[in-house]
Amino acid sequence: MDPENSQLKSKGNFRNKYTDALYKWLGDKIFTFVVVGLGATIILVTLGMALVLFFEGSGALTEFGLFGFIKGTTWDPAVQMVFGAWPFMFGTLVTSALALAISFFPALAVAIFSAEYAPGWLAEIIDNLIKLIAAIPSVVIGIWGIFILAPWLRDSIYEPIFFWTEANYPDMLHILGNPMGYGMATATIVLSLMILPYTTALAKDAIKAVPRDQREASWALGSTRWEVIRMAVLPYARGGIMAGAILSLGRAIGETMAVAMLIGNKNTLPFSIFGAGATMPSVIVNEFREAVESLHLSSLMAIGFVLFLIALIVNLSAAYIQRKLSIGGGQVV
Amino acid sequence: MNFKLETKNLTVKYGEVYGVKDISLAAPHRSVMALIGPSGCGKTTYLRALNRMHDLTRVANVEGEVLFEGKNIYDEDVNPVTVRRKIGMVFQKPTPFPTMSIFDNVVAGLKLVGIKNKTLLNEVCEKALKQAALFEEVKDRLNTAAVSLSGGQQQRLSIARALAVEPEVLLMDEPTSSLDPQATLKIEELIQSLKKDVTIIIITHNMQQAARVSDKTAFFYEGNLIEVGKTKLIFTSPEKKQTEDYITGKFG
Amino acid sequence: MVGLLCISTVVVLLPLVIIMVHVLVEGFSALSYDFFTEELGSPSRAIQGQATGLVHTIIGTIVVDTLALLIAVPIGIGAGMMLSEYPEHPLNPTLRLMNDTLNGMPAILKGLFIFVLIVKPMGTFSGIAGSVALAVVMLPIIARTTESALQSIPWTIRESGLALGIPRWRVVLSTVMPAAKGGLITGILLAFARAAGEAAPLLFTSFGNNYLPNNWYGFIFSPTDTLPQRLYSLAISPYEQWHSMGWAAAIILFLMVIFAFILARLLARDKFKIQA
Repeated sequence: MDPENSQLKSKGNFRNKYTDALYKWLGDKIFTFVVVGLGATIILVTLGMALVLFFEGSGALTEFGLFGFIKGTTWDPAVQMVFGAWPFMFGTLVTSALALAISFFPALAVAIFSAEYAPGWLAEIIDNLIKLIAAIPSVVIGIWGIFILAPWLRDSIYEPIFFWTEANYPDMLHILGNPMGYGMATATIVLSLMILPYTTALAKDAIKAVPRDQREASWALGSTRWEVIRMAVLPYARGGIMAGAILSLGRAIGETMAVAMLIGNKNTLPFSIFGAGATMPSVIVNEFREAVESLHLSSLMAIGFVLFLIALIVNLSAAYIQRKLSIGGGQVV
Repeated sequence: MNFKLETKNLTVKYGEVYGVKDISLAAPHRSVMALIGPSGCGKTTYLRALNRMHDLTRVANVEGEVLFEGKNIYDEDVNPVTVRRKIGMVFQKPTPFPTMSIFDNVVAGLKLVGIKNKTLLNEVCEKALKQAALFEEVKDRLNTAAVSLSGGQQQRLSIARALAVEPEVLLMDEPTSSLDPQATLKIEELIQSLKKDVTIIIITHNMQQAARVSDKTAFFYEGNLIEVGKTKLIFTSPEKKQTEDYITGKFG
Repeated sequence: MVGLLCISTVVVLLPLVIIMVHVLVEGFSALSYDFFTEELGSPSRAIQGQATGLVHTIIGTIVVDTLALLIAVPIGIGAGMMLSEYPEHPLNPTLRLMNDTLNGMPAILKGLFIFVLIVKPMGTFSGIAGSVALAVVMLPIIARTTESALQSIPWTIRESGLALGIPRWRVVLSTVMPAAKGGLITGILLAFARAAGEAAPLLFTSFGNNYLPNNWYGFIFSPTDTLPQRLYSLAISPYEQWHSMGWAAAIILFLMVIFAFILARLLARDKFKIQA
């Protein structure tokens, strides 16, 4: 391939002409090669991660079958060597879904307040605070939970409820579980605190993205500020808000350290409200370093693979909802 | 070789949608050709096909031939970079490189392909700025940031930058649309004086401008070339009804 | 309605502010001179009241995080360039999908991945494995922020560069990249702030170590202590002396992350001011 065409004749002598052509032609080739190579690294890392988790977990998956593994309720690495992921999937789904349910409306309220009502300086303070809090490492929240939140919850909330129930409805005690402070309830509360800033920031982005004319059209009808928000802003932004909520759910599902530190770590169903439980990430953290049996290791990897699938589904559906609901979302209320 | 730049059955598709369809048009040596037509008629799409700007978008698909001095620039063995060096372009909005000084902006096309000779660069810079009628205004502050210039100056800077690499064809996409009348006048004068060396193809929304600066005018409508001819003829006795309607302001 | 929203905002922000206050108060009261000069050793050292600290953890964190940045920055910026500058490349949509997927994956899976990829073949936990795991956490963040920083530069800048007959690579490197510099640095700082606080990917890669290694490369090729992972171990340990050291580790980690974060925000804001 001659980079410099004869009829697109270039000025200068033969040597100049060819170094020049080399510089342009070869330079672009090399640059493209390097950039695409670096981009391909990310593609390979992502695919590699999926493959590695699948193959490392395949021992457990062939032993129990994918659905057998997911539905299996026994996780016994000591005696029976039987591994089922259901307790951890249950723990993950319950804590994450509840955390989202607890934090969604407060987060939306903060987002609306800072986007629509607060004066500029206050909105900026709230924004920065929210983003700052979102940046606090999970382990730091974890240590706060262990030494401050959990003891406080135990003494001033769980125990009073527990003793009241014990006095009035002793049959219900097994649902409440042991109020030691570390367990499902504490993990859920901490999770909801952790995803709150995240949900807020995403909801606010969605609200801010509502075009001015949408609002003005509503203002022009003589609406009050709240009516503008309810009739024009929220319907338009709902795609972004929902997608943000689902992304937050993904965050909660993958959240590892704080949960592992606070959930109490119990491998067997049934879980109780105050009592210990476990999630998929927390069981990996707790057992991976101690696992010696290959089937045990493989089962933990298989949990990782299932977690990968769940995270993938969550992310894809967030992207789908964003696309599906955002365009023309303002037309149907 | 009668024509400097010629297209034969040029079609540009965005996916399944036609940008322009089957355009055969030629620009003679050292002349100004104006492309007119309502918004969305495919003028810009056509212009951008002339120096392979569509290479950067995945959806755009160019078919047909663009002959530069008889050679198809879409041939396998042609390097788009070389094409663009011969066929320069000036855009609707001024586009000074934001981190560079005025001087660096003007000589960017030389410096960034490895020419380091300081005296040569100085010469080229001065010549190009003079051609673009900007030299007197900026000669004392060549090292200040280009973004500090006014809009009209920035546009003339963009033209000077395009001229510094001595292109043989200059494509201009509504170069005066973001400028005030005075700056517009300066750029029109500039086009007239450039005609001596360079073939110019200019898109304009301004009928008077097309009439003032061009030798040849082509009217585009909905992706088709409706009519082309000597500017004087097009504006005085157009053959097609659509052309007449457009230039008399009945639509567009 | 205003009142209700206002109250809920306060109610929401209050516990979050309380977390910060607790961390600051407990953390600062736990800091001591020994913390920065002594290694941790066995639990008995702390119980017997001997001097212990986390100097090896702090150095380990610096080494592991720096290496992670060295790995992640070139790849992440390259990938971001591909996303932004090569929209016509056939691999572009795949890269976008994969990058978003990687970004959404829990960090602990990245730890498992690097465990299989590096720790198993090497036969030992190591600082470098931790760096690679953190780099995988940083990568998609850097790629995305690089893309949006480059996208904030008008496309016409590239086209006018190309129209001058400047080859594409020079257009990107000499006109687009310098203009996007502020955004690139912001992105790297944000990625750092995010990854530096992650413990999950480090547990199975750099593992942890109670002692200073014998020589400097021990930080890279043998099990290495890092702040987030050490903080976790200290917090779940049964020793009270270690708990207070955990708070000290928490405040250091907190300040490190918050500092990077605030720096990033300030840079982003300055850039905005110039543009405005």
